[in-house]
Amino acid sequence: MDTTIDLGRRDFLKAGAALGAGLTIAFYLPSGLAAKLPAATTFKPNAFIRVAPDGSVTVIVKHLEMGQGVNTGLPTLVAEELDVPWDKIRVESAPADATLYNNLQWGKMQGTGGSSSMANSYLQLRRAGATARAMLIAAAADMWKVDAKSLSTRDGMVLHASSRRKAGYGQLAESAATMPVPQDVALKPARDFKYIGKQFKRTDAKAKSNGSAEFAGDLRLPGMLTAVLARPPSFGARAAKVRPDKALALPGVRAVVEVPRGVAVIAADFWAAKKGRDALQIEWDESAAERVSSAELRQRYLDLLDKPGTVARNEGDAATAFTAAPTKFEARFEFPYLAHAPMEPLNCVVHLKDDSCEIWAGSQSQTSDQATAAHIAGLKPEQVFIHTTFAGGSFGRRANPASDYIAEAVSVARATRHLDAPIRLMWTREDDLHGGFYRPMFVHALSAGLDAEGSPVAWSQRIVGQSILAGTPFESAMVKDGIDRTSVEGAANLAYAIPNLHVDLHSPRVGIPVLWWRSVGHTHTAFATEAFMDELALAAKRDPYLFRRDLLAQQPRLKGVLELAADKAGWSKPLAEKPGVRRGRGIAVHESFHTYVAEVAEVSVRPDGSFRVDRVVCAVDCGLAVNPDQVRAQMEGGIGFALSAARHSAITFKDGRVEQANFDSYPLLRISEMPQVEVHIMPSEAAPTGVGEPGVPPLAPAVANALFAATGKRLRRLPFETAELRSA
Amino acid sequence: MLSLIVNGKPREVDVAPDTPLLWVLRDTLGLTGTKFGCGEALCGACTVHLNGAPVRACKTPVSVAAGQKITTIEGASGKAAQALLQAWVELDVPQCGYCQPGQIMSATALLTHNHRPSDADIDAALDGNLCRCATYQRIRAAVHHAAAKMRA
Repeated sequence: MDTTIDLGRRDFLKAGAALGAGLTIAFYLPSGLAAKLPAATTFKPNAFIRVAPDGSVTVIVKHLEMGQGVNTGLPTLVAEELDVPWDKIRVESAPADATLYNNLQWGKMQGTGGSSSMANSYLQLRRAGATARAMLIAAAADMWKVDAKSLSTRDGMVLHASSRRKAGYGQLAESAATMPVPQDVALKPARDFKYIGKQFKRTDAKAKSNGSAEFAGDLRLPGMLTAVLARPPSFGARAAKVRPDKALALPGVRAVVEVPRGVAVIAADFWAAKKGRDALQIEWDESAAERVSSAELRQRYLDLLDKPGTVARNEGDAATAFTAAPTKFEARFEFPYLAHAPMEPLNCVVHLKDDSCEIWAGSQSQTSDQATAAHIAGLKPEQVFIHTTFAGGSFGRRANPASDYIAEAVSVARATRHLDAPIRLMWTREDDLHGGFYRPMFVHALSAGLDAEGSPVAWSQRIVGQSILAGTPFESAMVKDGIDRTSVEGAANLAYAIPNLHVDLHSPRVGIPVLWWRSVGHTHTAFATEAFMDELALAAKRDPYLFRRDLLAQQPRLKGVLELAADKAGWSKPLAEKPGVRRGRGIAVHESFHTYVAEVAEVSVRPDGSFRVDRVVCAVDCGLAVNPDQVRAQMEGGIGFALSAARHSAITFKDGRVEQANFDSYPLLRISEMPQVEVHIMPSEAAPTGVGEPGVPPLAPAVANALFAATGKRLRRLPFETAELRSA
Repeated sequence: MLSLIVNGKPREVDVAPDTPLLWVLRDTLGLTGTKFGCGEALCGACTVHLNGAPVRACKTPVSVAAGQKITTIEGASGKAAQALLQAWVELDVPQCGYCQPGQIMSATALLTHNHRPSDADIDAALDGNLCRCATYQRIRAAVHHAAAKMRA
């Protein structure tokens, strides 16, 4: 591999131009250090790098660290090009700034999602590092009066081989800051990589183990008060009458205010605020609220499966080919609403003043959070300062175009300006599960026809479910011709070679707020397509692995991971039997966010239908794996996250009210249920793609296919109904 | 006023006796390594030790803990805790990290009494500690790793 990767290059250059306009070489004199250190200036060659006089290099990370490892993966790129030892690397989160820190895949917007952090930063941060290195070399050349070409770098030092002189970056920082910024720097060839593609440690593991890592809810500001909201019992309801007296009479309670999303109790600490909320007496007006029940909604969706939808893909003539096919197959698949349920219930701290608004949050979408806060506070976006903290999980929940929890906190801060206090907004777990913005409920109908040789000749898929993007600022850009691409991704771009293909979509409007959830549309499309593909293989009397492989002959990367997973799982050998259980093995393969993943699941099913996933073998092609151990970690985590949903999770409604409240009614995967996971990374020289989400989609279909292999029962609804797997 | 012994130090707190220990630790004493995840003893993020035994601070009224030895992640310093903290870093266990202090507190209680835990022992000791990032495989490996170090 060389440095001519074209991924995002145009975007990079565009952003580079914008970045150049805002580039400042600032001078910063740390008090008390100036006299002792050779250089007194922190070198800031660009928006991403600070070289301090002590030689430490701070990398400014523009993405949210929510577990996926950006605070490790992105600094790796800088360490590589700048030649900095890993223990000299520090990490800081970027402020909200859509010009300097935009996601290059999203235009002028800062945010983290779509498994895009590494993909959009790969060249940007390498160039930032290479630029800084060139300026440090120039400073040394100037100091030693030698040709810059005679200098090299190693471990945070510039070296002059012939005279055996060397200078640390810290020593050169002051002078480097005065060097011209080079416009075109060469990047390292891959053969010289010391960090990229090698294994090394997370920058945040220690702080996250010993409890010192700071999440937004851990922040303590002088005079800070805590707000807990009472929110409506159904979406769209409003408080009609509020009696705050009992709450206000409690010790520690300072105020009760009505805000657009509910009624807030503001108190000295969380427990007082929570008790205050419990003591509120509120009459809710539910006349405009969504009062749907899950059973009724399900029937409405199933009825829509009989009506043609908006066409998302059409090739050949699937209807005619289906009619003519000697073997036909049809199946329906159902998926519930799902909550993200990050371990850290949503929270943030807002300090509102007359001319500024400071926010501390695990913000996944700084630009929309900033705009929302500015709008509510009556300020300009540039008067809103966001400190992005660690997020205790997110999985998409904090990348909310509605910026719901930020909006709540700012509106509470605005309504309590007279208290002149920073406001910490805290959600409880019940608030989280009742709070909306779920992965939408979906149903799919698939039909396919096989020719006399068992090859699929027709494939039709109809999808019904709410649009995530409808009603958001992204609708105009991301909903084309009536198709929300997040509803059909993974289905409309089916990769199998089938000559007649038809995919259509219904996007019913339902008053339940929905949102992207780790791997978005692929959460359901991968299940429907890969479980159905297994059924076709069976109908064709073919091995499900070989059947897929033949249909992917023209898809080298999908075929590659499929073969790697099958090989490592020992697919050609029979699965070992175990006494007292029925065993089975299943396979699935899927591309999402330009990353290709195949998984083989092995299950053991007990006579009562309960089962265990014993082992999952995963093969991933994410281009060049910048940090292989973190790629493995994301696959392991994605597999556990997906299994959690497939086994356990559903948000359901009765008369508009969510029926789940906490982890007893919305259970998550526990350690005893975690399979042994093996991850194999496809060697690749292609540009890196994301790994946060792509481990999720293939898991549930691989398990469903394994359960079929073990029991002969097809489970087409998630979460799995184990009662259906009982021995006859 | 209630008297507590937190991480070996006596502390006086002026809080309602029904306040959960979790919120006294976090909001009154500023010990924020102990996390709030569910408030119903269902997730284990708030696990601390009361006289060496793991308890869920979110459902433990502070009055119950008065006068007894409370250990939080900030005070986790014995041989088992040190081995675990080191293993967590060596194996890069954390992802989002929010549940990990609670995991380590539960694992510390296990290793203090069992120097050679089986997978089943680990599952039993840690099944009450949810990890939404599903770092379970590394948690299991890190507990074994720490146990082996302690025996060495």
